[in-house]
Amino acid sequence: MVKKIYFQSIFFSFFFIKEAFAAESGGMPQLNPEFWVSQIFWLILTFGIMYLVLSKLILPKISNNLESRKSQILENIEAAEKHREDSDAKLKEYDEIISESKLEANSIFNQAREKALKDIGAKREVLDKQINNEIAEAEKEIDALRKNAPDKINKIAIETSSELLQKLIGAEVNNSSISAIVDDLSKRNGDKYYGN
Amino acid sequence: MAANPMSQFDVYRIGPEIKVGAFDISFTNASLFMILSTVSILLVFNLGSKKNSILPNKIQLLAELSYTFVSKMISDTAGSKAKPYFAFIFSLFMFVLFCNMFGMIPYTFTVTSHIIVTFVLAAFIFIGVTVIGFIKHGFGYLKLFVPSGVPAVLLPLIVVIEIISYLSRPISLSVRLFANMMAGHTMMKVFGGFVISLGIVGGWLPLSFSVALTGLEILVAFLQAYVFAILTCIYLNDALNLHH
Repeated sequence: MVKKIYFQSIFFSFFFIKEAFAAESGGMPQLNPEFWVSQIFWLILTFGIMYLVLSKLILPKISNNLESRKSQILENIEAAEKHREDSDAKLKEYDEIISESKLEANSIFNQAREKALKDIGAKREVLDKQINNEIAEAEKEIDALRKNAPDKINKIAIETSSELLQKLIGAEVNNSSISAIVDDLSKRNGDKYYGN
Repeated sequence: MAANPMSQFDVYRIGPEIKVGAFDISFTNASLFMILSTVSILLVFNLGSKKNSILPNKIQLLAELSYTFVSKMISDTAGSKAKPYFAFIFSLFMFVLFCNMFGMIPYTFTVTSHIIVTFVLAAFIFIGVTVIGFIKHGFGYLKLFVPSGVPAVLLPLIVVIEIISYLSRPISLSVRLFANMMAGHTMMKVFGGFVISLGIVGGWLPLSFSVALTGLEILVAFLQAYVFAILTCIYLNDALNLHH
């Protein structure tokens, strides 16, 4: 659409130009050779100076700038890569240290626990021994007491029965006969009283 | 002046007449705009290359983008052998671009709308490319006119066509730029004239056309500079690499 209008307008404008040619004798100023030499001269002068300045001074600087930027960016990327590697290595080291110290802590803990358990065991053994000793002594004492008890009871029984008899009968009784009776009784009833 | 759309292309003397022998090299409006264009180019690129900061400012970015744009254009079309000619093609592209763009400012003169200017540029390129071709390949450069894989019967015809097309390069190169510039500027002037002649009632339509055309012409100004430079690269590629 725009293209069509464009070309139609060009056509139209040339039509217009023709009229202009008819109106003025000049025609296309481009085809008037009056200033051709001047234009060529100034073109060569300006373009030549511009080319020289651009090629000798400005373009090398721009290319230099671009190169130095590129190399600097590359350097920075390299440095960043190096930093990353360093930090990776450090991270690894750190991880190792942490795992090592964890292991160490574990072993220390285990040792401590073992030691504590050993201590407890030793103490318990000592205590057990003590308790056993005490129990054994107590048992011994009890045994001794138990063994002595019938004799004492017999004695008490003999004395009591002799005094009882003395009070009841009013006469001296022979202790040996009473003790024989008591012995005989206690032998018969010992099982009943002492549970042996 | 306003009535004639061609009067914008008039060249007139500024200051006194300067004559060297039989030649008139007076300073004209064309000379003025050539100087303006080249001075602006040098200014922009000087400012753009002065400081070398890692983060470029706007003008440095502009200069470096132009540099990489042209350098990529050359390496894409003419290969790495064309590197020594980078400065010339860069200057050429910038010169044509700035002259075209200066022409887009109202009341200015478009240097590239003159056939003599574009023809001198194109002829210089043509002669230069031909000389480079002969220096690089000797008479082997003439192989350019004999494309490979053409049946023998057609060969005489093809060679003639190739020679004509080769010789018409400077003409097509110069006329393309000149005609585009002249036609665009003439058309804008014509539509501007319509705005005045149709007045407040009917002038709005050509005015809107004028606005659209201005955008189009700015595009054409860039495009023609690009085409001029890329065709130079293609011709240079023929001379440097000689595969047809």
